[in-house]
Amino acid sequence: MPDKVHKPTFRWHILVFLAPAFLIYTTFMVVPLFGTLQMSLFAEVDGVQKFVGLDNFTTLFGDERWAASFWNALINNTWFFVVHMVVQNPIGILLAALLSSNKLRMRAFYRTSIFIPTILSFVIVGFAWKLILSPLWGVAPSMLDAVGLKSLFAPWLGKEEYALTTLALISVWQFVGIPMMLIYAAMLSIPDEILEAAECDGLSGMAQFWKIKLPLILPSIGIISILTFVGNFNAFDLIYSAQGALAGPNYSTDVLGTFMFRTFFGFQLQLGDPNMGSAIASSMFFIILVGVSIYLFGIQTRLRRYQF
Amino acid sequence: MTKNSIKLMLMASTILGAASAAHAEDVTLTIESWRNDDLSIWQEKIIPAFEAENPGIKVKFTPSAPAEYNAVLNSKLDAGSAGDLITCRPFDTSLALYDKGHLASLADLSGMNNFSDVAKSAWITDDGKNPFCVPMASVIHGFIYNVEALEDAGVAVPATEAEFFAALDAIKAKGNYIPMAMGTADQWEAATMGYNNIGPNYWKGEEGRNALIAGTQKLTDDAWVEPYRQLAKWKDYLGDGFEAQSYPDSQNLFTLGRAAIYPAGSWEITGFNANADFKMGAFIPPVQNASDECHISDHTDIAIGMNANSKNAEAAKTFLNWVATAEFAEIYANSLPGFFPLSTAPVELEDPLAQEFISWRSKCKSTIRSTYQILSRGTPSLENETWNASANVIKGTEAPEAAGKRLQDGLASWYAPQK
Repeated sequence: MPDKVHKPTFRWHILVFLAPAFLIYTTFMVVPLFGTLQMSLFAEVDGVQKFVGLDNFTTLFGDERWAASFWNALINNTWFFVVHMVVQNPIGILLAALLSSNKLRMRAFYRTSIFIPTILSFVIVGFAWKLILSPLWGVAPSMLDAVGLKSLFAPWLGKEEYALTTLALISVWQFVGIPMMLIYAAMLSIPDEILEAAECDGLSGMAQFWKIKLPLILPSIGIISILTFVGNFNAFDLIYSAQGALAGPNYSTDVLGTFMFRTFFGFQLQLGDPNMGSAIASSMFFIILVGVSIYLFGIQTRLRRYQF
Repeated sequence: MTKNSIKLMLMASTILGAASAAHAEDVTLTIESWRNDDLSIWQEKIIPAFEAENPGIKVKFTPSAPAEYNAVLNSKLDAGSAGDLITCRPFDTSLALYDKGHLASLADLSGMNNFSDVAKSAWITDDGKNPFCVPMASVIHGFIYNVEALEDAGVAVPATEAEFFAALDAIKAKGNYIPMAMGTADQWEAATMGYNNIGPNYWKGEEGRNALIAGTQKLTDDAWVEPYRQLAKWKDYLGDGFEAQSYPDSQNLFTLGRAAIYPAGSWEITGFNANADFKMGAFIPPVQNASDECHISDHTDIAIGMNANSKNAEAAKTFLNWVATAEFAEIYANSLPGFFPLSTAPVELEDPLAQEFISWRSKCKSTIRSTYQILSRGTPSLENETWNASANVIKGTEAPEAAGKRLQDGLASWYAPQK
């Protein structure tokens, strides 16, 4: 006898499990995002919000002053990102490689102490480094003095040519633990059999790292790169806490986040302009969207994955 | 004061406030302010004096950090959660609040008669009909010096530009003190305590300021560029690494007795009296020639207005009328030497340094900071640009003439009389 035909029942539990994330994301991410996009298409005329189409964007990219500030912020932001990619991620990989080495003692200690700055507040990091680098009270000048290199010291945070790089390196110091942890996890998941097989084939040390481990952790490096990209183009806190909203000296540390903050909320005598601020925030969103899309469709689909 | 003790006091004040709300007839007024340094003075002196005279009205002083005040206040007002009384920044920041309907007009407040037109000018509509904040205090710019340091270098208190730089040279040559305590990290000191401190002598105070607003003078004129040329000379007298020296760094350098001269605003007096254990004096921004008339920046800085949506409007008006009395002026000026009352009633000051500052009002002509009225309304805001330009000029990364030209171009881009 054929079984009684079951009518497929509606699987309610799927909805129930999806609901919290869906509701929270919609309320706190999706709705405000569209609110910002909408706001950027309006302008306040005689105290009333009026639809002006893309006028705010025309001003932002067309007006000489606005455009100069915007490109300055974008270029600074790009440099901030480049420093992270060139310094933070390779160091993270290196640290992970060292940590996963069997010969290293006190692994847990290193792992924890390198990761700790990541959980510190930006305000503490900004303040502490400002003090360390202070030409008046800081330990940096006296430490350099102790090894006879006082002449190398400069008020880095106050010089236009160094300030942004200094801040980027401070941020690297704070966040190097994240790529380290992700890569470390990826390295631990490489099965020992593969490494043993490699050794049987005469591959060890550096060659083993380049030929076996690196290809296997490439997907993790991709994820880290995209996290770094999103994080850096949303950067604001560290620069605000170390250099203030004017992102001095002479706007040399101005990134899109601080530029947006000044415009949106106003600063000192400059009154806030939420509509222009939203236009900048929308531009940031689109820049990040384009970056992430390039990664997702251009790079991630081509990454080779290995199954063990 | 440490953050913690402020927090404790804030918590205490909330608890006390909540306790007093238990009396049904009591009205509690909340004051929004950026003067978190003054918390103890409000709680220990000003509020008790008011509450003693006005039973049934309780007052809470709830300050936020100066740099965040404008943004915080705007958000609170838009959300309808702001206090009954609003401490007013001068000029457009407050005018915008009035225009948006957040601040009530005080045209019929009797206490407003105690103030001169100049005192009211920073908190009145452009047509002069509706004042919206009761003026509380102004601040005067000048230089505060370490008496021992000047004696050490054997120089007299400078009165002219030449004497000023000669004194700085002598202090530098002697080498015991950093000649001048100022940094460019926070930028605003360079503009406020630099450019707008020495500038009025060059643009002739109100005369130049009004001409700039009228469009008959330009920022590229000699009167406006010369102060930048002076600032450019300061670089050699500042401490090592002044590029990264912040405002609190400069204050500490001076009060620790490591620097000789501090380009100042009179609001520093309270802090300096508390922290410095040497004798201090003050001198007027140096004039070009000994016979020149001196001009000082006597800037209308702080006032207090009423939230238009306050539920306790009557009580708030009682408080504002009290702020307009000589009694308030006396308490305020003496608890906060360096904030000089604007009311026409004469007030006795006890602090010698504050007396020195206020005595300049009779010797020199007063003006306010050049960038504050009208000229910072557009984008780019002249005040913010002046911060940047002054810091650049002191660091030597921008020539005085180039700075003047950049500011003029920026102003002309939106301000019709300058086009």
